[in-house]
Formats: sequence, C-alpha cells, structure tokens
Amino acid sequence: MTAVPLGPPRRLVEFTLDGEPARVPEGATILDACRAAGKDVPTLCEGDTLTPKNACRVCVVEVEGGRTLAPACSRRAEPGMEVHTGTERARHSRKVVLELLASATDLSTTPRAAEWLEEYGADPMRYGPEAARLGEEPKVDNDLYVRDYDKCIQCYKCVDACGDQWQNSFAISIAGRGFDARVSTEHDAPLTDSACVYCGNCIEVCPTGALSFKSEFDMREAGTWQESAQTRTTTVCAYCGVGCNVTLHVQDNEIVKVTSPHDNPVTHGNLCIKGRFGYQHVQQR
Amino acid sequence: MDLRFGESEPTDEERAAVDALLGPPASSWEGAHERTDGDLRWARGGREARDRRDLLLPGLHAVNDRVGWISEGALAYLCRRLTVPPAEAYGVATFYAMFAMKPRPRKVVHVCTDLACMARGAAALRAGVEERLGSPGGDSDGVTWQEAPCLGLCERAPAALVVRAGPGGPEDTRSADADQATATADGAGAPPYTTAVVAPATAESVVSGAQAPDDAPAEPSAGFAVPQAGQPGLTLLRRVGVVDPRSLDDYRRHGGYAALRRAFAMGPARVIREVTDAGLVGRGGAAFPTGRKWGATAAQPDHPHYLVCNADESEPGTFKDRVLMEGDPYSLVEAMTIAGYAVGAHKGYLYLRGEYPRSLTLLTHAIGQARARGLLGDDVLGQGYAFDIEVRRGAGAYICGEETALFNSIEGRRGEPRSKPPFPVEEGLFGKPTAENNVETLVNVLPILQEGAEHFASIGGGLSTGPKLFCVSGSVGRPGVYELPFGATLGELLDLAQASPRARAVLLGGAAGGFVRPDERNIPLTFEGTREAGTTLGSGVVLVLDDTVALPRVLLRIAEFFRDESCGQCVPCRIGTVRQEEALRRIEGRTGAAAADDVALLREVGRAMRDASICGLGQTAWNAVESAIDRLGAYS
Repeated sequence: MTAVPLGPPRRLVEFTLDGEPARVPEGATILDACRAAGKDVPTLCEGDTLTPKNACRVCVVEVEGGRTLAPACSRRAEPGMEVHTGTERARHSRKVVLELLASATDLSTTPRAAEWLEEYGADPMRYGPEAARLGEEPKVDNDLYVRDYDKCIQCYKCVDACGDQWQNSFAISIAGRGFDARVSTEHDAPLTDSACVYCGNCIEVCPTGALSFKSEFDMREAGTWQESAQTRTTTVCAYCGVGCNVTLHVQDNEIVKVTSPHDNPVTHGNLCIKGRFGYQHVQQR
Repeated sequence: MDLRFGESEPTDEERAAVDALLGPPASSWEGAHERTDGDLRWARGGREARDRRDLLLPGLHAVNDRVGWISEGALAYLCRRLTVPPAEAYGVATFYAMFAMKPRPRKVVHVCTDLACMARGAAALRAGVEERLGSPGGDSDGVTWQEAPCLGLCERAPAALVVRAGPGGPEDTRSADADQATATADGAGAPPYTTAVVAPATAESVVSGAQAPDDAPAEPSAGFAVPQAGQPGLTLLRRVGVVDPRSLDDYRRHGGYAALRRAFAMGPARVIREVTDAGLVGRGGAAFPTGRKWGATAAQPDHPHYLVCNADESEPGTFKDRVLMEGDPYSLVEAMTIAGYAVGAHKGYLYLRGEYPRSLTLLTHAIGQARARGLLGDDVLGQGYAFDIEVRRGAGAYICGEETALFNSIEGRRGEPRSKPPFPVEEGLFGKPTAENNVETLVNVLPILQEGAEHFASIGGGLSTGPKLFCVSGSVGRPGVYELPFGATLGELLDLAQASPRARAVLLGGAAGGFVRPDERNIPLTFEGTREAGTTLGSGVVLVLDDTVALPRVLLRIAEFFRDESCGQCVPCRIGTVRQEEALRRIEGRTGAAAADDVALLREVGRAMRDASICGLGQTAWNAVESAIDRLGAYS
C-alpha cells in the first residue's frame, strides 16, 4: 500500500494565467493552478478536504469572456482560458467582500484576515457605526467545544463536514435566509439535544475560529492563549486499531487542542470524539 | 444513516396532515404509533424513504396548511417519514417566508407592500391594517398579518392574500389514501383550508376578508387583467377571458391540442428545429434561445430527462404568467407536453409560486382533466409517448425563480442557487438533464407549431421574435397584461395603458430591472432595443410611478426586497444587500453633496455584488438603484 493515491494519468490542460502559460491536470481548478504558480489568492470557504462551496467569493478572478468574475476555488481550468488574478476588477470585488465580512463579523481569530484587509485596502469602518452586525453571543452548551457565531462567515464547511461529505451526523444546517441565516441545529436546540457526536471535525475545517475547543476558548478569554508558545506533535491515536494521526498542540506542558493532518490519506483530518477530545488521561499526573 | 429525531411527538392533526400526503406509515420505523412483531425483525424505510426527499416541501406545506405553523413534533414526524435529518428539514422550513416555526393564528393575511401596490396606496392600506389588526405578527382575534413582497396582483393593486389553515388543503388531495386519512383526522370541526384574494383592497375589506375568508367576494376572471381581451390579432392571450378555464372542450374548440398533434406528426427533432428557427428566446428575463436549450437537453446521453416549467413568478410587478395560467391553463399543459416530447422527458414539474392559489386550483384541475382524457399519462393521444405533470408549490422565496435554486427547492433542499457549470441541460433536477422554461416561453411554442417558424420569426427581428407580454401597472388608467408584437415602443404601450400624465419614472423589468424616464418613449421594447438604451426588458414589467410616491422611498423598498430575498449563500449578496439598504436609508431625505459619499459607497458595493455574486439575484440587486441615480437623477 502506498501513501500516495495513484489514479490514472490525467491529461494536461493548457491555459493562460496572468499572461503566462499554465499547465494543470484535467479537472484542476484555477486555484490549483495559482498555487502551483506560487500566486497567493485569498480563500476562506475553500477547504483542502471538502468540495468547494464557493460561497465567500474572496477568491474571485477575471476570466476573459465571462460576464461576471469566477471563483478560482471551484472553476475548473479549461483549455485556452485566459485568467487574470490581479486586475482592478477582481481586486475591487475581493476588497469589498473582505470589507463586508469584516463589517458584520468578528474576524479577530481568522488567520490572515488582517493581512488581506490591509493588502486590499479594505476599510470596514466606512459602513458606519450603525452597520448591522451578526450580534451573536458564544454558545457554550457542552464541555468540549464552543460555537461563537459572531465569528461565523457561513462558509458551509462545518455543515458539509458534519453532513454527507464526512461525518454523516447531520447535526447542523444553515437555517433562516439572507443576513439572518445562521448555522443551527434543529429549532436552534443546544448541541446536547442534537445529533452531534462531538467528533470535532467541524472545528477542524472552521476557517475563522468560530468553532473552537472549549480549552482554547477559555484560554483566549483569560488571555493566556499563546500560539507562539505552543508545540505541535503529530502522533498516533492510541484508542483503536485504525491508527489515526493526531497532532497535539501543547502549551506549558498541557494539551490545549488536537488537530489531525489533512494530508493523511486515510482520515483526511477527521477524528472521532476519542481522538479529538479524549486526551485528559495524559494530563493526570 | 442513524438519524436522531428527538422526543417531540406530533399532534393527531399534524399526523393526519402528513399522512394525507404520504399515506399511513408502513412501520414504527417510519413513525407508526404501534410497534408490531414484524417491526422488530425488519427495518424498512431507509434508502427507499430517503429517495422521497422531494416530498419534504409538500410535507411542510401539508402541516402548515393544516395547522398554520410547523411544530417540533410535526417536523420530527415528517423527518421520520422521509428519513431526513431534522437539522436539514429545519433549515429548509426556515428558508421559506410562508412557513412559521412558532405558533400563530390559523388566519394569516399577506399584505403586499411592494412597488406596484406602493404606487396605488399600499402605505395607507398598511397603516389601516395595522390600526385594525395590530402590529405585524401579532394575534388579533385569531388573525395575524404580515407584509408581503409582490403578490402578482398588480392590475388590482393594492392587494392582500388571506390564507386560513385547516383540513382539505391542496396537499390533502395528493395521495390515494388521502380520503381515508382525512376521514380519521382530528381537527374535525376546524373550518377547511381556504384562501381569499382581496384586491383592490381597503383596510376594511382586508379585515372582513381575514375574519370570514369564505364570504370574501369572488375574484374577477382572468380576462379582467387583459384590457385587450377578445380583440382580434392576439396570439398568446387570444383565449384568456374568452374560454372557460375549467373546460377542456372549450379549449379544444378554440384550437387547443392542434399544436400537440402537429408535434407528434413532426417528431422531436423537427419540433426543436422549428422552435430554433422561430428564434424563440426565454421570456423569464435571461433571453436564452429555447431551441438551443431543448436541443442540448435532448442530446444528453444520461437519462431520465426532465422538463421543468418555472411558474415561480415573483419579480415585483410581474403577473403575466398568472394571467396565462388562470385564463388559459390548458395551453400550458399542452405546451409542457410538447416540450417534454421534444426533449425526451416523461415527467414534467410545474413549480408554481405559493402565492397563486387560483392558478394552483385551475392547473390541478386542468392536469386532472387532461389525464382523464388521455392527453397526459402513459399513452398521450395514443401516440405511445408517456408524459405526466406534477405541480409543486413554492412557499415564498423569490430566489426559487432562479433555475438551479428551483431544482434544489423541488428536491427538498434549501432554495439556494447552484454554481454553474454544470448547466441544467447537463445536470439539472435530481442531477439529470433538464430543460427549464418560463410559462410564457412555453406557451409561445403553440403558435410556432401551428403557424410555422417562419411566421413567428417574421414578427419583430433579431433576438426578439414573436409576440411579447407586458405587465403594466402603477399609475396607469388601464393596468393589465398587454400583448404586443416585438418592436413596439415604450410610448405605444404607455398610450395603450393610459399612463398618467404625471408619470415621473417607468421601471422596466421589475426590481431587477432599471428605471427610464417617461419621455423616453422611443425605446423599442425588444431585448436589443432596451439593451442599446442601457436598460433591460427583463420579465416584461412596465411599472409607472407618478409624483405621489417619493422615488427614494421606492428605491428603499427595492433594497428591502433584495435584503429579504437574498438566500444568504454568498457574501456579496448576503451582506451587500444589507449595506445597500442601510445607505439608502441614510440618504432618503438627502441630495447633492450630503448624499455623495453614500452614493459612492453604493456604487462600490453594487459593482462587487454585480461581479462577484453567485446568481442573478445579487448580480442585479443594484441595477434599479443605479439606474435611478444615473438616469433619473435621484439624490442629485
């Protein structure tokens, strides 16, 4: 058995990316091509283990001949396509999308958000002090993880991970419509009354920190969360025979959070409740 | 799937409502009260039940129609019957404006506050209703009311729709077991489900209609909405107001089913060629060539193919499809049969907006008659071709008029648009090749087959051939649906409808369209002509506004509409429509330099919505406001 999945060889698609010739395997997206060429296109709702939902629209690029911009994360490269990633038109939409998100959502724990806001010259404050925000309080209804929907950009990744793409628990869905839409259990019931199995695979894919370990949430509240002081050790989960990889995030000799490598060919970053949250015995000294 | 349905139980009435649609549950696995010995040995349901996911929306309707709202127990029971995760079903139910998840009175009044009604005094109506029934969402003596987007009754504006929940709703008659189920239903004694249209409405007539919907005066016939009714030279409207919409014989006496016979004589490929040669393009707003769509669908190797008729007419100011369906329902049944034959489909879905109760009654009747007479079913007209039509009701969501959102809605998912590609002709309804057409587009096929492509193409020219329907409303003397050959000008139409000399603005194409000045009379009402003039034909809305309604107020209503109707999937539309509304609210009373900053902000947000939104809703949400600023000088 090999760790590298081997498929039939794929035909290469040739197209033009920012004036340069680009070649990617058939079926690859514009984003794949951008990354291969070392171009940094911002993404939020795109996930390496999930089917692109292209809901956030922060990765839009200009495809010649297209009436509108195209989401790089899900538009497949086609032969002869002429793609521009840095035009004024594309950058304008990215700027406004980032601005809109930041004006309604708490992006303080979103990796790279501040960097992108600056890069695109986004100014979320210009929508005024009265601009409607999500206005959600953190939902702390269990001992394992917290749902802070004030930070939620509704990328659908947790819904997809909980649903038919990975876990098949279907504990959450998007409910409501438009600006009032929220990730929710049925009737907005607490997680403990829902179908949640606490695998934490939703936390694994959350791009903004809206979903976090209770331990991380509490430490952030207390001001003791220090990512720079943490070590990450990838090891093998000791519970069952599957042998999932777990990455232990350790601060001050305490496990503060557990993730799993997304490139693991078997689990793709997914764990169960034991691997994700069952580490307390390690700390009983 | 190991689903968790919770502890909530349905009431007997809710159970009866669901059973009337789905039949009684086969086992306790599907929610039957009693657990039998057999249930302990065999678990049924599962995949078979899951394949009926598309019955989720009819199921939600069944409960909402019966009880007036959807309780936790009712939702759990429906989920158990269909093997749908409750969280997903909750997400679907909360997507639609007509469903309530909290207890509310059985009688609900939808008061239209949209553009055409605004021009005819909706503000006063709303205030009058509030005075009598309290604030929206309250309970006044068993009646609640809410503001509604356009109800498609613009020729009789201002309008209101009363819905009283009770037994005997539209979904009750769906299942063969329905009679049995309703006979045992609890809630006997509750008055039956009924609807009443109050238009033109006064606060008094709304209140009396709400209190006693059974006694509300009958609606005028569809012909009332067609000022040209009975005139010679009409094509699409020639039977509206002339034939009895309940009589198949009358339809046949007036030339009905001649086109289908002709289609069978020609064969599918020639039908498609004929429609292509006629130059017919979609009348829903996008103007895509119908023949090409059909050809592409017919050519797909994957099967089955589906035909979908988009009758989710929700663009504010649009009511042409309603008038066609209410005045000449058999023509749509016949046209759908022809389209199904051409694209190789054996099943057609007619997705009708939930706010059209009379269209629903008449179409359901027409389909039943056609089925009984062998014009639908296993052997249409004895030609060996099988085709049937199923009506699906929307539940109050403008976005479901977007073709892929409509598929999701039928499939029992949230009505969110899918990203394209793949296009519907490749992967549409249930992931199968699908041709989806607007009502008016389909009805155009009949004259094409009867009079020939050449004749059809000789009317108008270029992209715009054939007759076109226009929905004229607002400050006009004779509002209604007008049929004009492509090529007529805006001025001609305004004269026909007796537009007010005090008209200040004309909205073309509805909320997603654009404003023009009433003196731009020479704009040809064609797809090319309007585009050259920097505006759009859209769905054929021509809404005339005079000086009694302030333009900034109208723009704000348009912005509210888009904010309400955005599905929330993509960021530019979900948040952009909110910011647009906020900015318009800030500058409602301002002009010039005081508004300049916000106008600049609107332009930036509007541009991003247009460029980066997933679907047409977000892409057009800023059109009307932009045109009002640029063309009418709003806020300057």
